[in-house]
Amino acid sequence: MKCKLIHLFALPILLASVTAGSANADEVQVAVAANFTAPMKLIAADFEKASGHKAALSFGATGKFYAQIRNGAPFDILLAADDETPAKLEKEGFGVSGSRFTYAIGKLVLWSARPGYVDDQGGVLKKGGFTHIALANPKLAPYGAAAVEVMTKLGLMGVLEPKFVQGENIAQTYQFVSTGNAELGFVALSQVYEDDKLRSGSGWIVPSAMHAPIRQDAVLLTKGKGNTAAAALLQYLRSDKAKAVIRAYGYDL
Amino acid sequence: MPSDSDLGAIWLTLRLATVTTLLLLLIGTPIAWWLARTRSWAKGVVGALVALPIVLPPSVIGFYLLLAMGPNGPIGHFTQALGLGMLPFTFWGLVVGSIFYSMPFVVQPIQNAFEAIGERPLEVAATLRASPFDTFLSVVLPLAKPGFLTATVLGFAHTVGEFGVVLMIGGNIPDTTRVVSVQIYDHVEALEYTEAHWLAAIMVAFSFAVLLLLYLFNPTGRRK
Repeated sequence: MKCKLIHLFALPILLASVTAGSANADEVQVAVAANFTAPMKLIAADFEKASGHKAALSFGATGKFYAQIRNGAPFDILLAADDETPAKLEKEGFGVSGSRFTYAIGKLVLWSARPGYVDDQGGVLKKGGFTHIALANPKLAPYGAAAVEVMTKLGLMGVLEPKFVQGENIAQTYQFVSTGNAELGFVALSQVYEDDKLRSGSGWIVPSAMHAPIRQDAVLLTKGKGNTAAAALLQYLRSDKAKAVIRAYGYDL
Repeated sequence: MPSDSDLGAIWLTLRLATVTTLLLLLIGTPIAWWLARTRSWAKGVVGALVALPIVLPPSVIGFYLLLAMGPNGPIGHFTQALGLGMLPFTFWGLVVGSIFYSMPFVVQPIQNAFEAIGERPLEVAATLRASPFDTFLSVVLPLAKPGFLTATVLGFAHTVGEFGVVLMIGGNIPDTTRVVSVQIYDHVEALEYTEAHWLAAIMVAFSFAVLLLLYLFNPTGRRK
């Protein structure tokens, strides 16, 4: 019994000494756009294994992160859902100039939780017969703006607008569709895509020519300047291994 | 200045809070009466259920309501069987959500007021051959008036301040589910800080005024 107790106390000390042992292990705080949640979890796990650094991830809406960063949030890196926010942060002195790059190009999908509901040409949009179509708030989310662009191009805005239910971000939009409360909706392909196919339900992957590209930019924030883990993570995001993960979730690059 | 869509959100919020408060007074009064009078073992269970929204995050309430009111949920099955369709993304869906969310703020003050009356006035009324219903109208209600006042104000104000539940089940539809708190959130996210300030300041002023009125005029708040 006594013996076990000693082990119990020894364990944390042992762990602490191991962590302290890896001399340049740093921690990086990353603000991640909601649509990039799934791939980033994988990438961060690989990154931690490969580098010994630790990546602490926060997921949320890019606009919220912008407000938080301007008000002193302790993030080192922002992986935004657009390219405007990182550019704005850099211009305002909250981002390190020259550190911006596009880490993924988002793809839009018209998706339903029901198998066979959405045909692969998006003809269901013209056919109608649904009461709710979910999209992210076009004012706040690039995926929402792209969805509006697509519907406008199809000449269906007037018909569909009364059926809109808007999520505050793409994660909430996905929630509306996946619970079946909205029969279908425009979500990020990364949310319903894994290993190069839809995880469930049915969908129409919107051709990228139908909307302006959803460029998602990363930026090193002023707080993260000089943080070796932050630099390493940005480097890792551009590696072939990370790119493979990003592509497998249905992003272009 | 608040825009048209801001005014729409304010009007919607007031409508939601009014409907919710009236319904809650109707539903909450019998529950409060039962809780104040019963000796049943179930009192603890019902009391705990009523108080649950005080401790639960609104996102939890909203998430489960979204599932329950959806096409595969029990409430969804029920409303569809009644031919009402589904509740999420509708005004009445928000009303149902708000009723859950504001329940403790209405039931508890009324229950406290009922409990404070005690047995004696009821017994006296009974010896004067008042029917239980008459007793309730002419004795209990007047004596419990401060409790009802607190319940009305708190239920109303708490519904006005609701955010998480609406976010989860609302769908952000102008004039139907986009209430003030969501509108402010949208303004902040869209970096429209001036507009956000306008609405937020109105909310702060409103909340303070409501609570000030409550504390100044409600007799329960004063020492006799």
